[in-house]
Amino acid sequence: MKQSSVVDLLLLLLAIAVLATPAFSDLVLSKVERRIDVTSQVARVTKTLKVLNSGSESVSEFTLTFPKFLGNNLAYLSVVHSEGKGKSKRPLANLSVREANAKGLPDSISVYSVSLPKALSKGETLTLEVVAAFTNVLQPFPEKITQGEIHLVMLQESAQYLSPYAVESQSLSIKLPNARIESYTKLENTKLQGSDLKYGPYKNLQPFSYSPIVVHFESKAAFAVAEKLVREIEVSHWGNVQVTEHYNVVHRGAQLKGEFSRLDFQARPNPRGASAFRHLLARLPPRAHSIYYRDDIGNISTSEMQSDSKKTELLIEPRFPLFGGWKTFFTIGYGLPLSDFLFASEGKRFVNISFGSPIIDLVTEKLIVQIVLPEGSKDISVTTPFTVKQSQEIKYSHLDIAGRPVVVLEKDNVVPDHNQHIQVYYKFSNINLLSEPLMLISGFFVLFITCIIYTRADFSISKSSPTYLAKLQWDEVLATLQEVQSIIQKCLAAHDKLEASLRDLSRTGDIQTCKAARKSTDSLLKDLSKDLKPLLGFLQSSPSASHISPKVEELVVKEKELQEKLMAKHTTVVEGYEKKSSGRDIENRIASQQQKIIALRQEIEDLLEFIDEI
Amino acid sequence: MAALESPQPATATAMRHAFGNVLSVLILVLIGVLAFSIRLFSVIKYESVIHEFDPYFNYRVTQFLSKNGIYEFWNWFDDRTWYPLGRVIGGTVYPGLTLTAGTIWWVLNSLNIPLSVETVCVFTAPVFSAFASWATYLLTKEVKGSGAGLAAAALLAMVPSYISRSVAGSYDNEAVAIFALIFTFYLYIKTLNTGSLFYATLNALAYFYMVCSWGGYTFIINLIPMHVLLCIVTGRYSPRLYIAYAPLVVLGTLLAALVPVVGFNAVLTSEHFASFLVFIIIHVVALVYYIKGILTPKMFKVAVTLVVSIGMVVCLIVVAILVALVASSPTGGWSGRSLSLLDPTYASKYIPIIASVSEHQPPTWPSYFMDINVLAFLVPAGIIACFSPLSDSSSFVVLYIVMSVYFSGVMVRLMLVLAPAACIMSGIALSQAFDVFTGSIKYQLGGSSNSADDAEDTNNAPKDDAAAGKTDKGEETVKERSSKKGKKKEREPVEKPSIKSKIKKKALVLPLEASIVALLLLIMLGAFYVIHCVWAAAEAYSAPSIVLTSQSRDGLHVFDDFRESYAWLSHNTDVDDKVASWWDYGYQTTAMANRTVIVDNNTWNNTHIATVGTAMSSPEKAAWEIFNSLDVKYVLVVFGGLIGYPSDDINKFLWMVRIGGGVFPHIKEADYLRDGQYRIDSEATPTMLNCLMYKLSYYRFVETDGKGYDRVRRTEIGKKNFKLTHFEEVFTSHHWMVRIYKLKPARNRIRGKAKKLKSKTSSGWSSKSAKKNPWI
Repeated sequence: MKQSSVVDLLLLLLAIAVLATPAFSDLVLSKVERRIDVTSQVARVTKTLKVLNSGSESVSEFTLTFPKFLGNNLAYLSVVHSEGKGKSKRPLANLSVREANAKGLPDSISVYSVSLPKALSKGETLTLEVVAAFTNVLQPFPEKITQGEIHLVMLQESAQYLSPYAVESQSLSIKLPNARIESYTKLENTKLQGSDLKYGPYKNLQPFSYSPIVVHFESKAAFAVAEKLVREIEVSHWGNVQVTEHYNVVHRGAQLKGEFSRLDFQARPNPRGASAFRHLLARLPPRAHSIYYRDDIGNISTSEMQSDSKKTELLIEPRFPLFGGWKTFFTIGYGLPLSDFLFASEGKRFVNISFGSPIIDLVTEKLIVQIVLPEGSKDISVTTPFTVKQSQEIKYSHLDIAGRPVVVLEKDNVVPDHNQHIQVYYKFSNINLLSEPLMLISGFFVLFITCIIYTRADFSISKSSPTYLAKLQWDEVLATLQEVQSIIQKCLAAHDKLEASLRDLSRTGDIQTCKAARKSTDSLLKDLSKDLKPLLGFLQSSPSASHISPKVEELVVKEKELQEKLMAKHTTVVEGYEKKSSGRDIENRIASQQQKIIALRQEIEDLLEFIDEI
Repeated sequence: MAALESPQPATATAMRHAFGNVLSVLILVLIGVLAFSIRLFSVIKYESVIHEFDPYFNYRVTQFLSKNGIYEFWNWFDDRTWYPLGRVIGGTVYPGLTLTAGTIWWVLNSLNIPLSVETVCVFTAPVFSAFASWATYLLTKEVKGSGAGLAAAALLAMVPSYISRSVAGSYDNEAVAIFALIFTFYLYIKTLNTGSLFYATLNALAYFYMVCSWGGYTFIINLIPMHVLLCIVTGRYSPRLYIAYAPLVVLGTLLAALVPVVGFNAVLTSEHFASFLVFIIIHVVALVYYIKGILTPKMFKVAVTLVVSIGMVVCLIVVAILVALVASSPTGGWSGRSLSLLDPTYASKYIPIIASVSEHQPPTWPSYFMDINVLAFLVPAGIIACFSPLSDSSSFVVLYIVMSVYFSGVMVRLMLVLAPAACIMSGIALSQAFDVFTGSIKYQLGGSSNSADDAEDTNNAPKDDAAAGKTDKGEETVKERSSKKGKKKEREPVEKPSIKSKIKKKALVLPLEASIVALLLLIMLGAFYVIHCVWAAAEAYSAPSIVLTSQSRDGLHVFDDFRESYAWLSHNTDVDDKVASWWDYGYQTTAMANRTVIVDNNTWNNTHIATVGTAMSSPEKAAWEIFNSLDVKYVLVVFGGLIGYPSDDINKFLWMVRIGGGVFPHIKEADYLRDGQYRIDSEATPTMLNCLMYKLSYYRFVETDGKGYDRVRRTEIGKKNFKLTHFEEVFTSHHWMVRIYKLKPARNRIRGKAKKLKSKTSSGWSSKSAKKNPWI
């Protein structure tokens, strides 16, 4: 890399020496101010160009040139037409920039053409603000360092502004990090003020002037590069925008050679490992919630979060400190309130969300942004402030049938300057929101209906198979048994009533009521026994009840016996009262009967219980 | 239990049964929710992550299955483990768990519910715990009615022993196997009770699932024959028993042989011998009963003498053949783990690798209290309850508890088999106790009101009815659900008047006060159990063991060193690099770091493990040669000396020496021992102080505090300042728990050449050594 750029430089110088460039001579740059900021891993160049048309024809195109080794690493370029000076300076318009063919220019120069807001006629001036960000131009030197060494990088630039136009006055200032400066090229008018290195001003330079400079200095910035970053932004009209970002991060600074010693890394007071970075700071949108930070093998517990109404700051620490060349992978995810990002315009909705990664000072080599729109979105279009590769996919997520449309945006070499908002327009009707809940409801409804039908309906395959018939018969038998039982129970209740009437008699001596009770009970019992007959007949005839019917018959017989005994007792008692015999006398007379009754009652209850068990 | 305590308004009697059914379904659902949610402490306190060691392997297999499909899975030859031997995963793994989770994942994903494989794996165990408690309900219901069933299900839902193996993230075979075990037993009992061939077939299928899931299936295939034999011996043979057993053996063995890991073992090894023997016996018995049925008693006697004499001869021949077969195999046809079950001292005598696993040790008494808590006291009561009256099914659970108590006494891991048995027994005990006590209370209350009414000699029927209805609700819900009849509407009024007499018949009527006090005590016992279980689930068993936490004054401190270093390995080493470590970390390294390991937790090749053990216990140079011959690039050691993490490699070192020495006689345990102890302080032997494990653990350790104080061993280390000549430190985790060393390339003496080699590769520190891999 370094060697090739040196070759580039030589070629460039050669080319410039040979060149005669009449095509660009109409414009003159009356003043050029360049500021290069190298405090982070990105070299950020800000230029203020005062353009003067000294020719006769009006000009509408302006050409920007960079040496090829810079131009190849150009990540971001914006040209703004501005007005005023100093504090009162205000941007007027973003100008469109396109890469141009180098007509008659050597290969070692990258050319960009800027269309001016209005044609610049003779004698007019115009101020342009150019912001360019370059990645990979801070070369680690040496390329491999041990754990204890400091991280030195090298910047190559030109002290004079490389331009196809003549420059009347220009200056360059390089903002270095506040650390050691190993060396820098000393030219005339070179000044080092603190961490600012100044070249110039230089006056009246020919087109394509070039004087290479090299600055070698210590960088403490984190050279964190995401080799690949996939951002998935899922828009849910239930009120949430879920962002999931998968990072493959690598430290692109000087590589670590030799051992990594945790002891030295943790040593106090002189930790060795300045070239490593431990943290990354993500600045999430305000009101971000449900933030998580994890990787393939689970949650990473080293992160801190601070939030207020303006921002949410997430300080994430990878599982291990990253030394030069070390890689890691992690995922962060967060939810955002929908109302902050979804807007409506002209019958369409649009999501307005930032394009790049929220992690500050992170360079992304390959960024893939997937915006997942709700199922049923139509007429999708995307607006971006810079060119990106677009495509569409379908994603199937929770209970989707048609799938959710996904807008996929891809861009290489993304720097923090690309963190601008993009808009995704689409049409979506709120009815679609209900489709999934309705689907669930109907699903469960169908399930329960099926269950009901299954339990209520008879699903036997063969209605004539012996087992099925046996089962039917058995059911009938059981039903009959229930009836028999209930009748016997009624009988017993009637007996109880009779007994109660006897007790009443003993208390009140009212024979008539007692007789009446007897009569009613008699008729009731008769009815019951009538009811019982067909049931018994059925049980006897039914083959599957063969092992029960004897018991049932026994029960019925016992019940009859009990009934007779009870009647006899009743008669005896009533007679006794009619004859006005003494209570004791009556009791004596019925004592034997009473015993039998109790025994019978017991037997009947046992039988009932037995039948009950079946 | 819940059913007994839940209030139930005395509604119309017709409604009561429907209500009772709904209530019991509701209780079962709640038990399921309880079983699931009590296991989520690990997710809440830590995170949704796979736990420990074996689950990582299962997780990796499941990932493979979900990515490549079932056929690839059966044929999977894993070359990332047991390097250079590899392992045939498809043929050596119990696939039940993997297939279950894979199926769940597949179903969910085809319904477009995008859950990750990891999530499915983490929650498989809790879901199956809920299933297991429902299976317990079914089993206990078959034995002693639904009251006992509900109580047992509630107990099983939170028994600590089972929780320890089935918390969320504990994605191990046992998680589904316990469900399969209980369900198989349920179907066996169900078949035994109904004599239905349908259930017998289901039983064989459940047994097949169990065989797929866990090696513990041999417990089933030995316990059921024992029960069958018990039934035959006690004269309880019936056609139902035959239906329950014969199809199980035939179908079950055929199905079991389909599982690659079992294969012909299903007929060849002695673990299955009992089932075939009993299979023969039951046929003989069935024949005898049949002949007895068709012959007159006189003829039968003649036939018996005839058959017995011939039969004896045949049996003798068969037995002789079997004995010869068994004797011809070296271990008598028993696998090492099974042998250590029969003879608890077997493993420690012959197989150090089995003995080195802590879960294969016999448990201590406190671990019984820890793992089954009050159930230990309730079990005897349950056994007594099973004897009154003794049925086929209750004799089965008695046999089950007896056997599992024995096995749990041999291996702490088999406490897991004991837990369901203990829950069933305790459920029965609790339910019976509640029956008796609530019955007594009801009788006492009902009795007093009756006597008052009787004295007045009025018609007390309605009042009595109401009183009975009010007090017997607890018993009713339990009792009536147990009866299978759906048509209870008619029967209901029948029961009311007879209740009094029923209770009168019962001998067990206790005084009112005693009953109430006993009830309260039982409830307190239950409450104590619940508190213990929740504590155990929350504190004792929820740690995932790959993340450690410690509570200090300035808050919770997290030790995530394992994953830190696995992540480092996975992102910063070459994908084909081999990592050597003690076998404990093999599964985790393959699953989390995706690097090839030399040995892992499968421990199928003792020699290979012994090689690593030997390397770890050899001096640096010899170790380097061993590792280099195995093409190892990195060596990973776990070191707890800085923060006091006790289960580190130095504490496991005795097993490395023992296993290594078992195969390579030049490693002598005596060389490492001083006064019969492994010491690393100044008293340590020179062999110890020069072995690789010592050096890798304590490399530059002395510089941390100037003394080299080991917080685990509580001593200063013996050899403090030393340099490594053949290894270099490449990574040490934040708390020094994991240290990774790289083998220096062989030619590092010729510096120029080594440099040249290094600069060729893209990344300097992971440069490949020039030595060609001999195995590729």
